[in-house]
Amino acid sequence: MSTRQFGQPIKRNEDPRLLAGRALFTDDVHLAGMLHVAFLRSDLAHARIRSIDLGGAKERPGVAAVYTADDLGEYWQPGPLLVPPPPVEQLEFHPRTQVPLAKDKVRHAGEAVAVVVAESRYLAEDALDDIFVDYEPLDAVVDLEDALKSGSPLVHDDLGHNINARGTQTKGDWAQAEDAADLVIRRRFHYDRGTAAAMENRGIVASWDDKSQQLTIWDTTQAPIAIRNGLAGMLGLSEHQVRVIAPFIGGGFGPKIMMFYPEEVLLAWATLQLGRPLKWIEDREENFYATTQERGQVHDATMALKNDGTVLGIKDVFLHDAGAYAPYGLTLPISSQCTLLGPYVVPDYHSEFTSVFTNKPIVTPYRGAGRQHGVFVMERLLDIAAEELGIDPISIRRKNYIQPDQFPYSNEIIFQDFTQLTYDSGNYEPALDRALELIGYQEFIREDQPRREAGGKRVGISVVSYIEGTGIGPYEGARVTVEASGKVSVATGVGTQGQGHYTSFAQVVADQVGVAASDVHVVTGDTDLFYWGAGTFASRGAVVAGNAMHAAATKVRDKILKMAGEKLEAAEEDLELIEGRVQVKGVPQTSISIGELAVEANPMRGAVRPGTEPGLEATEYYGPERGATASGVHAMILRVDPETYLLEIEKYVVVHDCGTVINPLILDGQIQGGVAQGIGNAFYEQLHFDENGALLNASLMDYLLPTAADVPNIVSDHMETPSPLNPLGVKGAGEAGAIPVGALFAQALDNAFRDIGLEVREIPLSPNRLFELVTEASARGNA
Amino acid sequence: MDQTISVTVNGRSFERSVEPRLLLSDFLRHELGLTGTHVGCEHGVCGACTVLLDGVAVRSCLLFAVQTDGRDVATVEGLAGGPQALHPLQHGFWEKHGLQCGFCTPGILMSLVPFLEENPDPTEEEIRELLSGNICRCTGYQKIVEAVQLGARLIQEKSA
Repeated sequence: MSTRQFGQPIKRNEDPRLLAGRALFTDDVHLAGMLHVAFLRSDLAHARIRSIDLGGAKERPGVAAVYTADDLGEYWQPGPLLVPPPPVEQLEFHPRTQVPLAKDKVRHAGEAVAVVVAESRYLAEDALDDIFVDYEPLDAVVDLEDALKSGSPLVHDDLGHNINARGTQTKGDWAQAEDAADLVIRRRFHYDRGTAAAMENRGIVASWDDKSQQLTIWDTTQAPIAIRNGLAGMLGLSEHQVRVIAPFIGGGFGPKIMMFYPEEVLLAWATLQLGRPLKWIEDREENFYATTQERGQVHDATMALKNDGTVLGIKDVFLHDAGAYAPYGLTLPISSQCTLLGPYVVPDYHSEFTSVFTNKPIVTPYRGAGRQHGVFVMERLLDIAAEELGIDPISIRRKNYIQPDQFPYSNEIIFQDFTQLTYDSGNYEPALDRALELIGYQEFIREDQPRREAGGKRVGISVVSYIEGTGIGPYEGARVTVEASGKVSVATGVGTQGQGHYTSFAQVVADQVGVAASDVHVVTGDTDLFYWGAGTFASRGAVVAGNAMHAAATKVRDKILKMAGEKLEAAEEDLELIEGRVQVKGVPQTSISIGELAVEANPMRGAVRPGTEPGLEATEYYGPERGATASGVHAMILRVDPETYLLEIEKYVVVHDCGTVINPLILDGQIQGGVAQGIGNAFYEQLHFDENGALLNASLMDYLLPTAADVPNIVSDHMETPSPLNPLGVKGAGEAGAIPVGALFAQALDNAFRDIGLEVREIPLSPNRLFELVTEASARGNA
Repeated sequence: MDQTISVTVNGRSFERSVEPRLLLSDFLRHELGLTGTHVGCEHGVCGACTVLLDGVAVRSCLLFAVQTDGRDVATVEGLAGGPQALHPLQHGFWEKHGLQCGFCTPGILMSLVPFLEENPDPTEEEIRELLSGNICRCTGYQKIVEAVQLGARLIQEKSA
């Protein structure tokens, strides 16, 4: 192609199918003879199972099977620890992972106790009502601090305590920073749980074919290859007997990469038992209990500063809510620990976490994955310090930014990818300046705010910075093939959940192979079409799989040019690839199509030179030495309704730097969607558990997701500081929109209520909670 | 006791014997194989399952199939009027990146069809108010609003 497609806002290849209702989602899979599965889940968060009486469930017409933990025999095993502990020196670790069906005891509301297989979902749910579980209720572990008190009930009795892990990481010498400080501020910050609430609930179809000895599984997973390998191992099958297909997936956001969900383990097993295809589709209520969640942490943080606002050091001691089981090891607390440092120079850092088991649903990464907490604590500390020092919140950030000549910048502690936390590149101040310009910071502070406040309005402004470790290893791969038609097919192991991979990967390949992106057919998430890979998580698809695409496409390009050079009797450097043809530069009549070359590269008769590989095809892998650090600045103007405490976001600005941009249309979409989730997290979405661990708002009527009436238009701009770590220069972008929004709300509200000295130290908020905080602050002011 | 119903879906007549408790969403998806209608919450909040019943946007998860006896249902599969075609509104969504995972999209399209018939040139505020009945978790709605604006224009151009 004469015009480069990489970097262009190309509309997506996958959209016509999705728009017409012709895209295959897991629940769309229909197989002859298929049975349907329903799970009996515990209503209690913590209880001993005395006995289970199946009643007439098995005899009910249409029921094919009923299973409890005892029926699974040796197959009943706790799930694997997905992420081993990283090499952090001061570490105590007590892993406990989820089980396929509760045996002896249930540890969170919604934990599965029994499973029914029937001719329809309706009949399967009827049969659930026949089953009676005799529970002995136990006191529940809900509050993080209470969980650590002696005499607390125990989530895992054999541990003797509720500690999942403790870890300390340090940089420099905190004590020295504290001694040298002009000002030390100490605060406690709370961040509470939410749920990803992908519009598509989870689902699995499992089908064992006895004649071909093949197990096929359609699964709403972000990691089909890991699911295949794990299930094959558990079932004693060869990996080649198991095909996992992650078809179109209706949003992932992290929880769809939990492994292994009990439902995955059970359906794969039960189809082998019954010899019939099985389907289970999670309903929305189940999603509130059985799909993983995130975000409960309590931080006691201290910041040491000079009078001029220079940060000397930070000490942070925090509790992390792991839920009932912790398959992800230390991923989340380590991510919080690392992300807290942000784009700032913090010479001395002491961070200490305790991950705590509670009788609440399992916690695994959800978009942002521990980063929100770190950003919230750091940005709040800076705001509070600025207030106490009498400097403005912009200056304190500017003063402490890492400067462009300081990269690569090492923070010395260990990141979630087990490497030393090192920022590859960044340029923070221009992004800040651009955000200030776009939000109109000076005009607002000098003119709009005073004028509108004089008119009785409550308006606030905020600006926060963040960094995001993205694109971590280990690796991904890609295979690029030129087909006889002249079109190009591409396969990779990562799954896709709406990120536009069918298009962005096509753009990466198209430029190298010289075709239109619309002529590149991308397949993701089918283990029979690509064997190796890790999965879609940690904003890594474009970075890791994208660079594998690039490497494979470059190799195919080399093959095309070499072969065409021989055919056209021209030197390779005299050739160019244009619109699916190779031609001698400037001589279009001396050319050959890549489709013809593909046919010739796969000869049916005759002889080839020894060592010749067939086809115009290449498979390449890419594994970065460490993650690429994206960054950004968000700014917002907020108006508070003085009667209802509802908020109106009047303006929202994002200036984001994720290195080289593959497709700005898709990137904008990622950012805007991330911000919407961040807004939900900051002001709408909170999972309310009572003292018994019961979830009080397990429906979309009670758990409020932001709607089109709540989310503003976002003004965005992109800076490009290419990553030196990968050939494309890209950094991840999937999570950035969601990460700093809580901190942004807090600063804007403090600003709007600065007359009464409001200091927001918690997220999520709500109109009700804001009213309480404002009332408390007013009372303090009047006391 | 099963009941026999006759229903027209996307212009085609079907006669089926169904349980009275069978939801319209399950009937469309699993009895008729029209899986373009998606189910997101089963309690009428998210709007993913929206279809047209006698031209009015309804939540198919809140209706029983038997309630459609003798009536006319339209789903996303019938919107474009051909397997390879797209409705102008669908073109608007494609051009403006009005979808990401695409799961909520069919319900949003079906909510918009009668809205744009009544209100062919809506303001952004009117579009946002209409969209507030459908939850999208991917896009942040901004590009959906742009998609609707373009779609509305394309519909008018086509009918002009």
